[in-house]
Amino acid sequence: MNYHLALDGISLTLVLVTGLVAISAVLFSWDVADRANEFFFWLLLVVGGSYGVFLSADLFLLFLFYELVIVPKYFLIAIFGSTNKEYGAMKLTLYSFFGGALVFLGIIAVYVSGGSLDLNQLAQFQFAPQLQAWAFPVLFLGFAVLAGIWPLHTWAPTGHVAAPTAGSMLLAGIVMKLGAYAALRVAMNLFPQGFQMWRTWIAVFAVIGIVYAAAVALRQRDLKFVIGYSSVSHMGFVLLGFATANVFGVSGAVLQMFSHGVIGALLFAVAGRMIYRRTHTRELDALAGMNLGRALPFAAFTFVVASAASMGIPGFSGFWAEITILIGAWKSYPVAVWITGVGMVLVAAFTLRALKRAFFDVDLANVGTPPPEMEPITIPEKLGAGLLMFATLAVGIYPKLLLDRIQPAVEAMRFLK
Amino acid sequence: MSYFELLKLAAPEAIVVVTALAVLTIGLTTTRALMLGPIVAVLGVAIAIGAVVMLPAQANLFGGMLVISPLNSLFKIICLLLAIATVPLVSSEKSLPNPGEFIAMLLLGSVGLMLLVGSEELLMIFIGLELLGLSLYVLAAFDKTDIRSAEAGLKYFLFGSTASAFTLFGISLIYGMSGTTALAAIGQKLTTLPLQPLLAVGIVMTLIGFAFKIAAAPFHLWAPDAYQGAPIPSAAFIASGSKVASFVVLGKIVLIGFGPVHGSADWHAMIAGWSPVLAALAALSILLGNFVALAQKNVRRLLAYSAVAHGGYTLLGIVAGGREGFSAALFYTSIYAVTLIGAFAVVGVVRRETGGDDLQNFSGLAVRSPFLAGSMSIFLLSLAGLPPLAGFFGKFYLFSVAFHAGGHHGLLWLVAVALFGSFVSLYYYLIVLKVIFVDQPSTSTSQQLNFSTFALLRTTIALLAAAVLFLGIMPQTLAARIIASLP
Repeated sequence: MNYHLALDGISLTLVLVTGLVAISAVLFSWDVADRANEFFFWLLLVVGGSYGVFLSADLFLLFLFYELVIVPKYFLIAIFGSTNKEYGAMKLTLYSFFGGALVFLGIIAVYVSGGSLDLNQLAQFQFAPQLQAWAFPVLFLGFAVLAGIWPLHTWAPTGHVAAPTAGSMLLAGIVMKLGAYAALRVAMNLFPQGFQMWRTWIAVFAVIGIVYAAAVALRQRDLKFVIGYSSVSHMGFVLLGFATANVFGVSGAVLQMFSHGVIGALLFAVAGRMIYRRTHTRELDALAGMNLGRALPFAAFTFVVASAASMGIPGFSGFWAEITILIGAWKSYPVAVWITGVGMVLVAAFTLRALKRAFFDVDLANVGTPPPEMEPITIPEKLGAGLLMFATLAVGIYPKLLLDRIQPAVEAMRFLK
Repeated sequence: MSYFELLKLAAPEAIVVVTALAVLTIGLTTTRALMLGPIVAVLGVAIAIGAVVMLPAQANLFGGMLVISPLNSLFKIICLLLAIATVPLVSSEKSLPNPGEFIAMLLLGSVGLMLLVGSEELLMIFIGLELLGLSLYVLAAFDKTDIRSAEAGLKYFLFGSTASAFTLFGISLIYGMSGTTALAAIGQKLTTLPLQPLLAVGIVMTLIGFAFKIAAAPFHLWAPDAYQGAPIPSAAFIASGSKVASFVVLGKIVLIGFGPVHGSADWHAMIAGWSPVLAALAALSILLGNFVALAQKNVRRLLAYSAVAHGGYTLLGIVAGGREGFSAALFYTSIYAVTLIGAFAVVGVVRRETGGDDLQNFSGLAVRSPFLAGSMSIFLLSLAGLPPLAGFFGKFYLFSVAFHAGGHHGLLWLVAVALFGSFVSLYYYLIVLKVIFVDQPSTSTSQQLNFSTFALLRTTIALLAAAVLFLGIMPQTLAARIIASLP
């Protein structure tokens, strides 16, 4: 094992989103009082491990950091979480370890046949097609579990709901990206032929994930569950982008990782911290009577921005990411684009429903009554939300900022040739 | 061959025996044996390690009865280091009647380990096994006030003596077939012999004896009771030193002695020999050990079932065979032994503080003692095989050689079973960690103990945890040494 780190446009984008989400996660954890030292210890382990995964140029090192993230995540949720925390934490951890076991098998296959663990060297190596045919799905699926691939996505909503606010932000913002990034960097780049054999299946699972998760989100009563399923749906776009196997699709997928990282973190910050800490409920039915739009205008504003970005309204990062993916997909799988279109309508539907129920539903009975008194939004909360909103707007207005760096890195990847 | 020459080559063993007698005398004559005994024992064993280092590189006495080779010397040192690490655990036992006698028995057991490791001749191996076994039976039953300890000793003794009988019978059959008891000579003889039923019976019976020693399923039934009931240092010694030496000898017997009747455990291409037998033992141990461990409520019992599974993983290396396979198995069993002594040491402190070693006794350990909680998580996560701890690299080497062995990845089925098993194992290790870190401490059952009485034990735990971390970050320091020592 060599301590070998490297950075290209793809890693750079993900390192950037890790930093943004980590900083705002700390800002949103300003009020942690119970066992605070321990909380930040686990939190920093997750962040550090994630940086390690994005920067590793050695397969062993990458796997080391990848596994290093899992255990702290467990404690972060099981100790500091809410709703059903031990169940959620254990489910998430076991899914991750299941993926890890598949990855381990894949790494052994890579090492025994390729004779090296250096990703740059391995990227030049021609693996036997028979090996690629079975090693690619093993490795890809192992990583994709963490990216929330349907039907192995069920850890994500329960895990997100059980986690403390900063935990959900890290999970949605960073940890799900670890799986997608490693699937791209390792599975797809090392086994291009295996990838060509299996990519239609990836597209199928991705499209099912997009539509299915969006449909499930439409029926959720808990605001965090809505956002949890929306994460699965958005990660489906990333996988669809991968499956296109062209520059547009894959670059869009990387941009979507950035975009969803920021937006997902923002949504969880509003739901978990701004709302839940003041109302002690996340039930949409209960929130509907509280007139939160008046009581917490800043929270409402943030949620509107995040929802707009999540629905893919032009001007926000989500728009560019999804449009690039769909252009790419149009070249490879036109049918998938049509079905995904339905999914996007569903995304808009559940997002608007959650937005309306949480903030702008007015009971006819208490029209005109003043909004309930609530503790105002604190400065760290405003700073954290501002940082993330700025990021999604900046990329939304000038997407070339990232795309110019992502595209050359994607073009250098082997499976495109 | 003068006796002086013999004494020179057997000096390490002699030094340990003398140390054992000295500790016994201390135990009889002074009342402070609990203080003095460990110090004298550690010093004596350290001198013995020095003597091992001074040995010549190659020597062979009496047709393989006492062989000095780089491999044997390396594992004598490892076994002695494990004994040193086990001695401080004695202070975790509150009511151990005669600590002097206990440590002396531990040292005599170590002599058994050294004889076992240092011999390449079936009769001498058997004597080593018996010397080790007899010491361990006494150690397991040492706590006369505890009915569980008596149960542990009796079970271990009954199973162990039956297994010894099998081994002896197997050895006699092999001697009858090949006309020699030296491993190298048996290996040469077997190249010309076909695998006839009598030989197969001899091989299987010999293997049964070792399967008992390494607690491979279905010969593991003694392990849970012995691990749970025996005094902590005895259990740690049974699980570490005894296991390492048994794997060294098992590897030598099958790879040198029975090498020509290797057979093949490849999927769809099995050929009769010892490797399908060991592969079946491995698969059964991995599955049974891990699944039964899921249901355990006692940490020592849990460690026992996990030990069954780890024995199964280690067998993978021996089934894969060859220099790489053997070295991977030896590396794994060595780091496993280090990790397990550490885990038992933590269990010992917790037991002393809370009066038990069930899962609930560990609740809230992170609040009571962050040091113990941190060390225990290093040990358990290493057992679970998470990077960057030693257990991960052990598993990586093992699974890689097994994956590489045979034609067309024939052992892939065994690797898949092992990976599945280690996935299952993560659950129960995580449950222990959950109890330590997440659960609230139970209402003041714990009594704070005098810190100084545990100074030695705490130092040992810290050193073992550091070793597990170090071997995880730089596994080559040990792995390269092991592979270089193999011919």
